Order: sequence, then structure tokens, then C-alpha cells
Amino acid sequence: MTAPESGEDDHEAVDTPSNSSLSPAIDVEGIEASFGEESVLDGVDATVEPGELVGLVGPNGAGKTTLLRTISGALTPESGTVRVASDDEERRLEDVQALSSAASSRRIAVVPQTTTLSFSFSVRQLVEMGRHPHRSRFQAPSAEDRDLVDAAMERTRTARFADRSIEDVSGGERQRILLARAIAQDAPVLLLDEPTANLDLHHAVETMTLARELAETDGAAALAAIHDLELAARFCDRILVLAGGEIVANGAPEAVLERDVLAAAFDARIAVEPSPIDGGVTVRALDDPEIDHRVHVVGGGEPAAAAIGRLGEAGADLSLGPVPEGDRAVSTATAFDGTTVTTARFGGVDAATRERATELAADADVVLLAAERIGGDGDPWLDVIDATDAPVVRLTDATVGAAGPDADADSENSSGDEAPPWLGRAPTTDLDSLPGAVDAIAGKSGDSGEWCGEAESADESQESDALADATLADGGVDDGEEDGR
Amino acid sequence: MHAHRRAATYSTGLFVVLLATIVASAGIGSVDVPPAHVAAALVNQIAIPTSFGVTTSAIGVPFVDATLPMPTPTVGFYEPFSLAVASTDETIVVDIRLPRVLLAATVGCGLAAAGTVMQGLFRNPLADPSIIGVSTGAAVGAVAVITLPVFAAWLLEPMAFLMGLLTAFGVYWIATQNGRTPVATLLLAGVAVQALLGAATSYLLITSGDSMEKVVFWLMGNLHAAQWPDLRYTLPIVLLGTLALWAFAADLNVLVLGEEDAHHLGVEVERTKRILLGLATVVTAAGVAVAGVIGFVGLIVPHVLRLLVGPDHRVLLPTSALAGGAFLVAADAISRTTPEAIPVGIVTAVAGGPFFLYLLREREVHGL
Repeated sequence: MTAPESGEDDHEAVDTPSNSSLSPAIDVEGIEASFGEESVLDGVDATVEPGELVGLVGPNGAGKTTLLRTISGALTPESGTVRVASDDEERRLEDVQALSSAASSRRIAVVPQTTTLSFSFSVRQLVEMGRHPHRSRFQAPSAEDRDLVDAAMERTRTARFADRSIEDVSGGERQRILLARAIAQDAPVLLLDEPTANLDLHHAVETMTLARELAETDGAAALAAIHDLELAARFCDRILVLAGGEIVANGAPEAVLERDVLAAAFDARIAVEPSPIDGGVTVRALDDPEIDHRVHVVGGGEPAAAAIGRLGEAGADLSLGPVPEGDRAVSTATAFDGTTVTTARFGGVDAATRERATELAADADVVLLAAERIGGDGDPWLDVIDATDAPVVRLTDATVGAAGPDADADSENSSGDEAPPWLGRAPTTDLDSLPGAVDAIAGKSGDSGEWCGEAESADESQESDALADATLADGGVDDGEEDGR
Repeated sequence: MHAHRRAATYSTGLFVVLLATIVASAGIGSVDVPPAHVAAALVNQIAIPTSFGVTTSAIGVPFVDATLPMPTPTVGFYEPFSLAVASTDETIVVDIRLPRVLLAATVGCGLAAAGTVMQGLFRNPLADPSIIGVSTGAAVGAVAVITLPVFAAWLLEPMAFLMGLLTAFGVYWIATQNGRTPVATLLLAGVAVQALLGAATSYLLITSGDSMEKVVFWLMGNLHAAQWPDLRYTLPIVLLGTLALWAFAADLNVLVLGEEDAHHLGVEVERTKRILLGLATVVTAAGVAVAGVIGFVGLIVPHVLRLLVGPDHRVLLPTSALAGGAFLVAADAISRTTPEAIPVGIVTAVAGGPFFLYLLREREVHGL
């Protein structure tokens, strides 16, 4: 795990100077809970500071909702304690189980995933219910109550349909209304259970922005169970990964949303790639591996990145290089945990770098040439390929020499003069049949002579959409463009 | 408009409607009394307590030759009005009709209030005041007193009241596990117990012989026998019970959202449920014990008022109660004027059913 120092340390960060003298607003210690025979939470420890938005992620059934319900006091744990700060200046921590509903609801506001809406209360009436814990039985709503309700509706942009029936609003609006109710509740602790579960991307971003604002500006300690890892990475100060009934990782998003951590937590093959759009990450769950070969990729830019993506999803063990640092292909290779040999962006390729790349290539089952174009003699990519005995595959896009538009990749060796002899024999394949081609050629262990025909039949059986985006990532790279923050 | 103002406005309006219904109803009967005379007779009854005193009398102690002083409070009343009304009219209105009309108003209030609370508590549009078996239990008690010779006749109301409470408590007890009482379990337990007790009532009915007609009349609403003493317990119980329920209206609003939400919004769920069920049950039992089983008021009136004033129980509960009172007074007036003196339960069903169906179609109501 490539955790920067903030990652591992946060667990006992309560007393570090950076958090000044504030005590946590939520302090969870050794929570164990089970439904019948099945243990759901098995010793969970966690803290949330005031002003912090913490994301709670984990696979379905990991106990995220159970943990939130335990913290809110709706569920009594078998052992362990949940303490929450009081809503006055002192911020005393008290056991939530010992508090009355009225007392705990003045400290903890919950945004539920769903709520029963069979009665047609108006939006305003529903938001007003957030003031219920603050009022005694015989007290009419005060001016302060009304102001807080108005402000909460203003902030969540629900004021304009305040008099509409709760049954006549959309799912996204409903979520905002529930958030408004929690804001009106004016509690130092905010628990959100899948606040974005039923929302489209735009509303999800809006909701998370508001949650973040409540933590940052209002100083709430916010804990949100989120299934969308990318949203979690983008908005949360810290992320807790809950798996197998325990917190398996706790730290800054970039430290926690890391391939091995997630792979272990979600029990899946996962690719994590920094997203160039918002500084967050792109997380993808992958199918079971199709191939297990070592592939060294020579090339760079979009073709190499695409080839690496395809091979990585198919399960290949990847290496790349030499390639300029910052190349698109580098981040993709990193996402699939590949080894990369990089050079300075504008420098040449020195001997040591060339040597390392050559070693990786020599060690590979298959070497893939994936570049838009490749130079003539002296091109380090050609040198690396020249120096290895491994079978070579070409991506159809890769052209050699001073290629112009006429240099069709399929008419191999068109510009002739400098092309090395192996290039003519190297089979070509397109992106879709790449994993199949690699599998076939590696299976032939070196003899690449009459391979082309077989690849065709091989790739048909291999053709499958390797992307299983289901639970992990709602918004892929493409979606990210719409939600600029 | 704010909830408290709306509650006050609507309640005042409906209170006036209730009074008007009472006056009109008290004038109707074999001898028609003009509304003005009825009103005058009613106004003449206004008495303001002015002086309090204690007189002590001596009562003899049995078997011992001694007497004990027995203090008795005496209250002096000032009766400010003595409007001219024919004394026969005043007697008819005050001594004969008024107890019946007021009992109808009281029972109607109680049933509608309890029905409103049960529908909210169970989040179920089919809930009515006797959803946990109060009426069925009371019926068994009453029918047993009527049919079995071992019971003295004066036991009818107390037995009905106690059996109603006992049944509701039994259903609650059956549905409670580990300190929690899920409303779904409560509802099903109520249905099962009602079926069981319904069988008991039916058995008592077919073996009742001569008293069968009396039993049938009791089961369909029993306002015709009303006397002033019937109001002595029922009126205060229903009035106080309804006011107490009203005090929990805001909690009921939150409870409607679901029990976990309610907990998060500061409602002590199980305790509040117990209080609401208890109060609604006592109010229902107090009404059923003196008036017999009167269906439909507790089911339809809350629905109609919910359509008119909305789901906020702070407004809905008092308006439902007042409307329920007015509705039952009117239904009873119709029942009295039919030649066969049709039981009021039949009138409520015949009048309320079609009106509710009309609303259902017009307002496109599908849930609560």
C-alpha cells in the first residue's frame, strides 16, 4: 500500500497537534453487532472530528448501515460503546445508548436512505419535523425554529416547492428535503446513509457538496456511507473502508482508495486510476482474469494506454517502457499495478533506463508494440524490441518510420529502409482481439510465424466486455466530464 | 397558515357545527321543538359554581354503637339565565333528548379521535379504533352480561369497558417481544384475536334465546337507552383522553415517517406507542361500553378530515374529533326519526360509506 504518511496515522490522530484540542464528535470503540448468528460488526473502532466529512465505504453487506444505526443509537451493539459529543459548548462525549431519543436526536441528525412517505405531508412540514427534538410538547414553534427551517430549505434549494406534497417531488428533491430536515435539526453530528444512492450524477455531486459544506462551514462531524468510491474520494476528508466487519483501512482518500486495499476489501480485481478531471480517482472493478501472461508494452500515448487497459482488464501482468514520465500510458499501467520504466519528459533515454526496459522485455512472455509511430534506427523502442527474444505483437495502429498518412499499418514494412527484420514477421492485431492474440502467441512460446489465422478464432471466444462497473463505479472517466465542480 | 392557527380556526368552526347539530338534533323527535326553544332550554342549564362549602353529616357505623362524621362538599350554583321556555319542551329536551345527543357527540368524538390515532400509528388506512380488539372485547363482555343470567344487568357497562381494555392489553402483550412491539405484528395479532372473540360473541348470540334482539341492538349501536348517568364517566374519559392524545399530535406526525426516523427525530418510540395505544383504547372502550359497537365513525371521519385539512395531526386530531361528534349526533337524529328506529350503526354506514366513496373518486385518494 503506497500510503502517504497521513494514511496510517489517522487512526490514532485524535491527539495530534493538527487536530488542536478538539476531541472527536463521534467516538466508536470495539463495536460488535450481529443479526442472529451472523456477526456483522466485529470490533469496529472509529472517530470523526468536528468539521470532517468521513466516507464509509465497503462492499454490500459489510455492515455500513449497521454501523450508522449503531452510532445513531437505533441499534444496541452486543459490545463496545458509541460516544457522541453534546450539542453545547463543552462537547462532552456521552454514551449514545444512555441518552434519551430526544437527547440523542439533538446531537445526531440522520439522513436516511429512504423514508415512509405514505402521508402527504408538505415539504415544509417534513423539514419542520427536524425541529421536533428541540421543542417541548406544549410549545409552539418559535421564531428561531421557523428561521432555521427557512434557512435549511434555502440552502438545499427546496424552498421553492415548500408547499408541495412530499409525494409529488422527485427522488433527487426528496433526498434534498431529507438533508434539509437534518440541517434544521442543527446537530453537531451528521450521519448520511447512502445519500447519493438514488441520485443521478449531477444531484449526487450537489448533495455531496452540501454535505461537505456542512462539515467545513458549520463544523459538523459528518459520516457518510457511500457506495460510489469516486464520489467518496472527491468529497471526503478521510475514508474508512469497512470489510468483513472491521475497518480495514482508514486515511486520506488517495491513500485508502488504492488497488490492493480495495481488492482485498471488495474481493475483486480492481483498477484505480487518478482522474485528470477533478483530481479524484477512477475506480473500476474487473472481471476474472482471462490471461495470466507477462506482457511488456513498448510505446506510449493513447494506443499504449488503450492496449494496457485492455490487457490489464484481461488480467495480464504488465510492464511498460521506456516511456516519458507523465505519458498517458504510465497512469494506466500504474492503475493495473504494472511496472514502468520512465525517462524525463524531454531528455533522451540513457543506457541504464534502456537496460532496465530491455530486461523487462526479455522477461516477458510477449512484447507488444503499441505506438502511433515509431522512429527508425536508434529509436529506443526498436532497440528494446531488438534486444529481446520474446515474441512480438503489433497493434494495427503502430507504424514505423517517417510515416505519413499513406503508411497503412497493415501493409507492413511500407517505408522499408530502416525496418528491422522481425517487424515483417510480427503479427498484428486490433485492440479488441488483443488479449486473445497475446494468449495465442504466448501459448506458442516463441514461434510466431503462422499465427495470424488462429488469432481470429481465438479472439472470438475471448471477446467479452471486461468492464464490470456494477457496484464500484457509477461514473467512469466519461461521466466525470459533466460534473466539473 | 401556521399549524396552530389552522388548528384553532378549523376547530372553532367545527365546534360551532357540532353545537348547531346538537341543537337541531335535540329538537327532532316525536314532539318537534323549535331550535330557538332548544337553545333557550340549553342556555337555561348554564350554571356557574359560586360557592363551595362542606356540610358534615353523621353516619352510623354498623355493629358498633357509634357514628362517624361524613363531610360532603356542597357547591352553590348561580344560574344566570331563565329564559321563557315551555316546561314540557324543557323537560323533553333536557331530560330525555339531551343525554342521548350528548352521548352521541361524546362517543363520536372519541371514536374519531381514536381512529385518527390508530391510522397514524399503524400507518394503515384500514385501521380503526378497535383494530386491536377493543370493540370485539367489549362486545363479548356486554353480550355475556345480557345473555348469561349470572351477571347483574348493571354490570353491562363496566364489563364491556373492562373486557375492551383487557382484550387490547392482551393483543399488545402477544405482539410484544424484547420490549418492542412492531405495528405489523400488533395488527395481525389484533385480527386473530378479533376473529376469536367474534366467534365467542356469535356463540353467545345463537344461544341467547329471548335476549337476542337486545344483543343485536347493542351490537349495532346502543344510543337509544342513554341516560344522564351514562355520561358521568364517558364524558370526562373521552374529553380528557382526546386532549391527551392531542398533546401527542406532533409525536404522531413524526411517528408516521417510520419508527427509526422517529427515533432519530427525538421520539421515544416504544413509550409513545404505548401511550397512544393506551389512550386511544381507553377512549374507545369508554365509548363502546355505553353506546355499543358503532362502526364507520372511527374509520371514515379521519379519512374525510385528512382530505380536507391535511395529514398534520395537530390540526387533524381535534377537527376529526369534533366532526366525529357532529356526524354521530346527526346519524343518531336520523336513526331516531326512522319508524323502525334503525340502529345508529346502520345509519353511519349508509351515510358515511357513499360519501367516502365519492371523495375517494373525486380527490384521487389512494393511501393515507
